[in-house]
Amino acid sequence: MSITLLEAQNIGKRFGGLTALSDVSLTIRKGEVYGLIGPNGAGKTTFFNVLTGAYTPNGGEFIFAGSELPTGKPHEVVARGIARTFQNIRLFREMTALENVMAGHHLRSDSSLWGILTQNRHMREEERLITERAFEMLRYVGIERHATTLSRNLSYGDQRRLEIARALATEPQLLALDEPAAGMNATETSQLRDLISTIRQDGVTVLLIEHDVKLVMGLCDRVAVLNFGKKIAEDVPAEVQKNPEVIEAYLGSSHAH
Amino acid sequence: METLLQQIVNGLVVGSVYALVALGYTMVYGILGLINFAHGDVLMVGALVALQVVLFLQKAFPLLGAVPTLLIALTVAMAVCMALGYIIERTAYRRLRNAPRLAPLITAIGVSFLLQTLAMIIWGRNYHSFPQLITTTPLQPVEGVFITPVQIIILVSSALLMTGLILLVNKTRLGRAMRATAENHRVASLMGVDTNKIIATTFIIGSALAAVAGVMFSSNYGVAHYAMGFTPGLKAFTAAVLGGIGNLGGAMVGGVVLGLVESIGAGYLGSATDLCHLPSWAQSASLIETCANGGSFELLSSNYQDIFAFVILGIVLIFRPTGLLGERVSDRA
Amino acid sequence: MYELAEAVPWLGSRNPRAARGVVLALMLIAPMIALSAGNTWVRILDFALLYVMLALGLNLVVGFAGLLDLGYIAFYAVGAYTWAFLASPHFGLHLPFWIVLPAGAGFAALAGLILGAPVLRLRGDYLAIVTLGFGEIVRIFMNNLNHPINITNGPQGVNMLDSLSLFGWDISRHIQITDDFKINSLVLFYYVFLLCVVGSVIVIRRLQLSRVGRAWAAIRDDELAAKAIGINVRNMKLLAFSMGATFGGVAGGLFGSFQGFVSPESFSLMESIAILTMVVFGGMGNLGGVILGAIALSLLPELLRSVALPVQQALFGHVILDPEVLRMLLLSLAMIFMMLLRPAGLLPAHARYSRPELAGAGRITE
Repeated sequence: MSITLLEAQNIGKRFGGLTALSDVSLTIRKGEVYGLIGPNGAGKTTFFNVLTGAYTPNGGEFIFAGSELPTGKPHEVVARGIARTFQNIRLFREMTALENVMAGHHLRSDSSLWGILTQNRHMREEERLITERAFEMLRYVGIERHATTLSRNLSYGDQRRLEIARALATEPQLLALDEPAAGMNATETSQLRDLISTIRQDGVTVLLIEHDVKLVMGLCDRVAVLNFGKKIAEDVPAEVQKNPEVIEAYLGSSHAH
Repeated sequence: METLLQQIVNGLVVGSVYALVALGYTMVYGILGLINFAHGDVLMVGALVALQVVLFLQKAFPLLGAVPTLLIALTVAMAVCMALGYIIERTAYRRLRNAPRLAPLITAIGVSFLLQTLAMIIWGRNYHSFPQLITTTPLQPVEGVFITPVQIIILVSSALLMTGLILLVNKTRLGRAMRATAENHRVASLMGVDTNKIIATTFIIGSALAAVAGVMFSSNYGVAHYAMGFTPGLKAFTAAVLGGIGNLGGAMVGGVVLGLVESIGAGYLGSATDLCHLPSWAQSASLIETCANGGSFELLSSNYQDIFAFVILGIVLIFRPTGLLGERVSDRA
Repeated sequence: MYELAEAVPWLGSRNPRAARGVVLALMLIAPMIALSAGNTWVRILDFALLYVMLALGLNLVVGFAGLLDLGYIAFYAVGAYTWAFLASPHFGLHLPFWIVLPAGAGFAALAGLILGAPVLRLRGDYLAIVTLGFGEIVRIFMNNLNHPINITNGPQGVNMLDSLSLFGWDISRHIQITDDFKINSLVLFYYVFLLCVVGSVIVIRRLQLSRVGRAWAAIRDDELAAKAIGINVRNMKLLAFSMGATFGGVAGGLFGSFQGFVSPESFSLMESIAILTMVVFGGMGNLGGVILGAIALSLLPELLRSVALPVQQALFGHVILDPEVLRMLLLSLAMIFMMLLRPAGLLPAHARYSRPELAGAGRITE
C-alpha cells in the first residue's frame, strides 16, 4: 500500500501579484483516497488545474508513476493516467450520456482515419467494444437507463455520475474529483460515497477535493489541508482533525457555524 | 521625404475615419460581446442618404451654400442611421442576447447583406459620384505635400467627435451606465440601470458616428456605392482589435495606426518586393535584362494594399489578442 | 440519407425505409423531370448538387467541430484553379481527371492546414473574422497574380478548361445512343455529381459515427472538457479544417470542369455566406438538414427568378428586383429569420441522438 503514485514537489502558481499556491508538496500513494481540503480560495482548484495541465505552474514538478508529468498539456496528462472532473460540471451537452462516455474512450482507441473511412474490421470491432464498454461504465455508475438521454437533460446527480463515468472511460490510474458532492442532497451524497469506495476497490487511486467535511473524513485514507496556497497539514483524517492549525484555519470556522 | 510625409498625411486622414467606425464596433463589442457585422453597412447607408439629400437640396434650393447643404445632409444621414441602428438592435440582436455565441454573429452577417441588398434595390449597382461641395484644390503646407480642405475638416471633426465621446463615456451619467453595463449586465440592471436602453443608446451613438464617417469617406473619395461599407467596416474592426477591443482609446489609436501602416505600406510595397533589388547573382538573365532597361519586377503592387488589414488582424488576434492598449473587458468569451 | 428520409412528409417517421426509397428515387429521376422544363433546369440541378457538396464540407467544420469558417469558398477556389492550371490551354497542361481532382483536393487540404494552424487558438467570433480575411486574401491574389508573372490571368480568369473525361468519354458532349435517343451532357454531369454527393455523404457519415466525429462534437460542446478527456484539440481541429477543405477542393475541381472557365468573381465572400446560410438553414450538424438546405436555397432563387420576373414585368412594366438581388434578399432574410425563429434549422441535429444502432448495441450487452 505504500507505493507512491503521485508526488508533487514544491508546486507554485502565481496570477499576476496573487500567489495562489506556494511550495505545495504532497504524496499520494497507490490505491488510497486522498483528500484535499481547505477554506474557499485556499488554492485547491488551482492545484487541480496545475496538476491536470490546465495551468502551467511557476515552479515545482509532479512525479507520476515514476516519471515527470508534462505541464500545461491537459491531453498528455490524461494519456499518462490522470483523469479529472470539474467543480461546475462540464459535460458535452448536445451529446447523449452514452456518447459522452464513448468520447471518453477516445484516448484508448486507435482507429486510423483510413480505418474509419474504409470501415475495416479493426475499426468496427473497436467501435463495438467502445459502445459495449460505455454501456458497462454507465451501469457501473448507475445511470444506464439514461444512456440515450441528452446529457443536458439529466438530473444534477446523474450529471455528476456521468462526468465520473466519462473520466473513468479514459482508464486512469488516478481519478481527480473536484467537489463531486457540491449541490447534492444527503441521499445523493451517500450514493456518491459508495461509488467512490467502489472505484477505489477496483484499483483506481482517488484525489478528492471536497467541502463536505463528513464525506472527506469518512472516505479518505489521508488528507492534506491547504490554506492561503500553503499546505498546513497532511495526515490521516483523525490526526488532521486534531491539528490546531487546521481547526484554526478551517474546521474552526466551520464549527462556529 | 515628401512622399513619406504625403503618405503620413493620407494615412492620418483615412485612419481617423477608420477610428470613428472602430468606435462603433468597440462600444458594441464591449457591451454585448458581439461583432456587429452590419456596422460598416450603416456607414454606407449614411453616405448614400447624405448623397440623396445633397442632390435634392441642390435641385430644390440651388442658392443654399455648400456648407449648409452639407450640414443638412449630414444631419439627415445621422438621423436615418441612428434610427437604423436602433431598429437593427431591437429587431435582430435583442432576442439573441442569451443565444449561443455564433447565432448573433450569423444574424449580424445576415443584416449586413440585407442592408447591402436593400441599398442595391434603392440606389442600384452603380457607383454614384459624390458632389465635391468643398473645394478640392489642395493646399501645400510643405513643398511637395498636399492636403485638401476636405481632409483638414475630416481630421479636425473626427478629433472633436472622439473627444466628445470620451467625455460622454467618462464624465456623464449615461457614460457611467454604459460602463456599468459593459462590466456586467445583470449587476448593472440590479443597480437600477435600464440596460436595454443603454444598449440601444450604444447602437444609436455608434451608428451616428458611422454616418459621419460615411459622409467623410464619400467626400474624400468622391464616390458612394452600395457595397462601399464592407471594406472600411472590416478595416475598422481590425483597428478596434488592434487597439484592444472594448477600449475606446484603443479604437482611436488602432484606427490611426492602421491608416498609417496601410498608406505607408502601400507606398513602399512595390519597390520593397522589386526583384531588381536582388543582387545580380540571384537574378535570372531575363530579369537582369528587364531591370537594365529601367524596368521593374514588383512581386506585390499597391493592389495588395487591402491585405495589410487582414494580415494585421490575423497577427494581432493570434499573438496579442488583447491588442495594443489591452482589452477592457477581458473575461468575455 | 437517413435524416433526409425523416423529412419526407407522412412517410418519414412511420416507414423510414420507404421514405428512404422515395428520396433515392426522387434524386434519380430529378434530372428527367427538370429536362422537361428545359436544359436550364438541369443546369440548376447540377449547381444545386455542387452546393450540396460544399455545404456538406462546410458543415463538417461548422456543424461538427463548431468552428465558424467564413472563408470556405477559398478552398472551392483552390480546387477550381487547380483544374484550370493542370487541365487547360493556360499552361498547356491537359492532365486526366484522376490526377487533377485529387491534386485539387490535396491542395485544398493543404490550404486548410495553412489557414488552420495559426488560427486554432482563436475563439469563435474572432475565428470567423480571420477566416473571412483569409478568403479575401485568396481572392485578392487570384485577382492580381497576373503580374509580374501571369499565373491566374487576373480578373479575366482562365478559359477553356478541359471537361471531365471518364474512361475516354467526354461527358460535356451528348452521348448518342440511337439516332433519336441521346443522353444530355447536363444529365451526365448530374449523375456524376450525384455519385460524388453520395460518396461524400458516406465518408462524412462514417467520420461522424467514429471516434473522430465524437472528438469533434466534444470540442464543439466544450473545448476544456474535451482536453480533459485526452482529446488532442489542436490536431482534431486541424483535421476538421483540412477534411472540410478537401470537400471544397473536390467540388471546386468539378465546378471548373463543368463551367469550363474560372474567374475570381465566382469566389466572392457572398458565396461563402451563401454556403453558410445553407448549412444554418437546413440544420447545422445534421447531414439531411444540410442537404435539404443546400438544395432548397439553390433552387428557391431560381424558382423566384422564373416567377418573379414575369410578375414584375406584368405589374410594373419593367424589372425592379433582378435575379441577383432576389437571391441576396432571400439568403440574408433566411439567415436572419432562421437564427431568430428556428436557430437549430429546418431539420435539427437531434435526430441522431436516438440512433437505432446505439439502442441495438445496448440490447446486446444486456
